[in-house]
Amino acid sequence: MSLLRIAWRSLVERRLSSFLTGLSIALGAALVVAVLVIFSVIERSFSQAAHGYSIIVGAKGGRTELVLNTVFHLGRPIENIPWSFYKEFSEGRFSRAVKVAIPYCLGDNYKGYRVVGTTPELFSELEYAPGRKYEFHDGRNFATDGFYEGVVGYLVARRTGLKVGDTFAPTHGITTEEGQGHTHDEFRVVGILAPTGTPNDRALFVNMEGFFLLEGHAKGSPQPQGPDGSEAEESDEAETRAESNDGQAGSAGVSNESNAAVGDHQNETSAADAHSGHQGHTHNREPLPEDQREVTCVLVRVTDPILGTHLPNVINEGPVAQAVSPLRVTQELINTIFQPIRWLLLVLTTLVIIVAGVGMMVAIYNTMSERRREIAVMRALGASRRTILMIVLCESVMLAVLGGAAGVLLGHGLIRVANPFVVAMTGVSIGLLEFDILEGLLIPGLVILAAVVGYLPAMSAYRTDVARVLSAAP
Amino acid sequence: MLLLEDVAKSFPLPDGTRLQILDIPELRVGEGEQLVVMGRSGCGKTTLLHVIAGISLPDRGRVEVAEREITQLNEVSRDRFRAANIGYVFQTFNLLPAFSALENVLLGMSFAAGRTDTSRAEQLLTRVGLKDRLGHKPAMLSVGEQQRVAVARALANRPRLLLADEPTANVDTGHQQQIVDLLRDTCSEENIALVLVTHTPDVASQFERVERLEDLNQVARSA
Ligand SMILES: Nc1ncnc2c1ncn2[C@@H]1O[C@H](COP(=O)(O)OP(=O)(O)OP(=O)(O)O)[C@@H](O)[C@H]1O
Ligand SMILES: [Mg+2]
Repeated sequence: MSLLRIAWRSLVERRLSSFLTGLSIALGAALVVAVLVIFSVIERSFSQAAHGYSIIVGAKGGRTELVLNTVFHLGRPIENIPWSFYKEFSEGRFSRAVKVAIPYCLGDNYKGYRVVGTTPELFSELEYAPGRKYEFHDGRNFATDGFYEGVVGYLVARRTGLKVGDTFAPTHGITTEEGQGHTHDEFRVVGILAPTGTPNDRALFVNMEGFFLLEGHAKGSPQPQGPDGSEAEESDEAETRAESNDGQAGSAGVSNESNAAVGDHQNETSAADAHSGHQGHTHNREPLPEDQREVTCVLVRVTDPILGTHLPNVINEGPVAQAVSPLRVTQELINTIFQPIRWLLLVLTTLVIIVAGVGMMVAIYNTMSERRREIAVMRALGASRRTILMIVLCESVMLAVLGGAAGVLLGHGLIRVANPFVVAMTGVSIGLLEFDILEGLLIPGLVILAAVVGYLPAMSAYRTDVARVLSAAP
Repeated sequence: MLLLEDVAKSFPLPDGTRLQILDIPELRVGEGEQLVVMGRSGCGKTTLLHVIAGISLPDRGRVEVAEREITQLNEVSRDRFRAANIGYVFQTFNLLPAFSALENVLLGMSFAAGRTDTSRAEQLLTRVGLKDRLGHKPAMLSVGEQQRVAVARALANRPRLLLADEPTANVDTGHQQQIVDLLRDTCSEENIALVLVTHTPDVASQFERVERLEDLNQVARSA
């Protein structure tokens, strides 16, 4: 009979104790698995977030800020770059190296979700994940000439209840908490994006042309709450605009309000904003003149990788803007923020396993007194001390391996159960059999742990004084 | 077959002195011979069997079993030698509770030779009248049945010497006889030397050679 079988029998003989000990190991292992999988989901959803373009061009300043604002719809507002610089990508000197250039205009929110002024090419030209084109859960992409059309990210639609055909009015400022925002004209929802698992699920996208025409969005537009700004005027305007919005979109609108729109850019740090005249707003169906336009940043997909590495250098050497690699910045964010947390949690869960291991040591050790007689009998039958030692070590290792394996299955099972919620929250789906590389270390680690903690009871068994146990009254 | 020469065994006492248990100038048991050892409780019978089996070492003297001087062997060799050449039946709690009757017999084989002979194990259990109880765990067997399994196990490796330490102490008279018969008959059939420790005169009287440990032993102790 093999040692493993003898050890197994011994475990079965004390099944309750074995089960509980194995369970504690299993729970520890499940925790490790959960941490590993959760972080791989986070990491994947993070690094996937900036798929489809390789460069973000924005105002000089913080690289991280630029990526946070553009990719993750987070962070403090950033400054804008001139329209003319954007044109360099679409038709100017950089255009040869550029396959797609998507402008982003930021600064507004709707119920706390960021509103991005952009072009329909964002959804028609870019993929959100390798091989995955944007799809619409409902409706369609906004049209280039549909100035007041917008598309809503999946989660925003779910949480705000916005449906195709509804209208929404962005508020100035990037969060509702900022409080100083005023409500803009309304955009009509023409599409709800299918879930992508990217931060874009949590944003609204409107036609940049409409965005430009919102009050305060033209370059250098005056402050609405400045010395002469009045809230009453504000809401009046909003109403009138809403009315006209319901009408013929795209018809040649004539500005029936000649007064300069009141804008609110007081939260923008740009002191360089020159205050100049500003032409109309909602009712205006004429595109904003180019000299009044600004964009916050440009997402650039290059034609080939070599130009792709060259282009950022050229931009960064110039005085106007900076070019950052969202992937690199994202990776930096992951490395500086998530990796330490991940390691911390791994250390904690490893400690949980070690505690479970110590529990196992105590459990096996406690059985030793009742097993003295059995051990002595085995010795009398010819089992060597080493054999006895190995039997106890086998028990410990088997418990740890079985517990660990159960824990891995348990962990993945739980993740399976949690998968729909994870998909809803992050868009990343985890397969039942998706293992992290570190999980491969779990079982060998447990074997080592079991051998170490099993050593004490095993030595106790090893030292059994056979003659004394056998001559003592049982 | 079995030879003890000038064997002494003592145990340390808490007060630092030693308690002398055995001091045997000579004890011989021939090939296939059957010896009954009697003696009052605490006189050292179990200790004697331990010394013979190499479970404990004497303070001095020579112990030879099957022409091997086991007092010269190291512990691992003694374990191996015992597994292969000596069968041992204890007073009680012979069996490992996690294993069935059959497996208990097989365990004895696997510790000795590393390989098991299931048909011999079944044959031995059949011989002790437990043909139908092969798969039963010790807890499902009566004390007498457990002792019979222990006898079967002690015979499993075809030992040269069988040591039985009061194997009938916890068994009623009827089953006591069954076990004694089993031991006596099997040992003579297979030419196994037998050292049987017993308190029971009825048992002792069935054997030709009966020794009192007090007579073999030079240790004079007051009870
Ligand atoms: N390991 C030991 N350490 C100290 N004293 C021991 C040890 N083993 C036995 N003794 C003592 O040695 C004496 C003889 O013990 P042993 O078990 O050999 O007696 P026995 O003749 O088998 O008695 P019984 O008939 O009751 O089984 C006893 O007094 C016992 O207390
Ligand atoms: Mg005794």
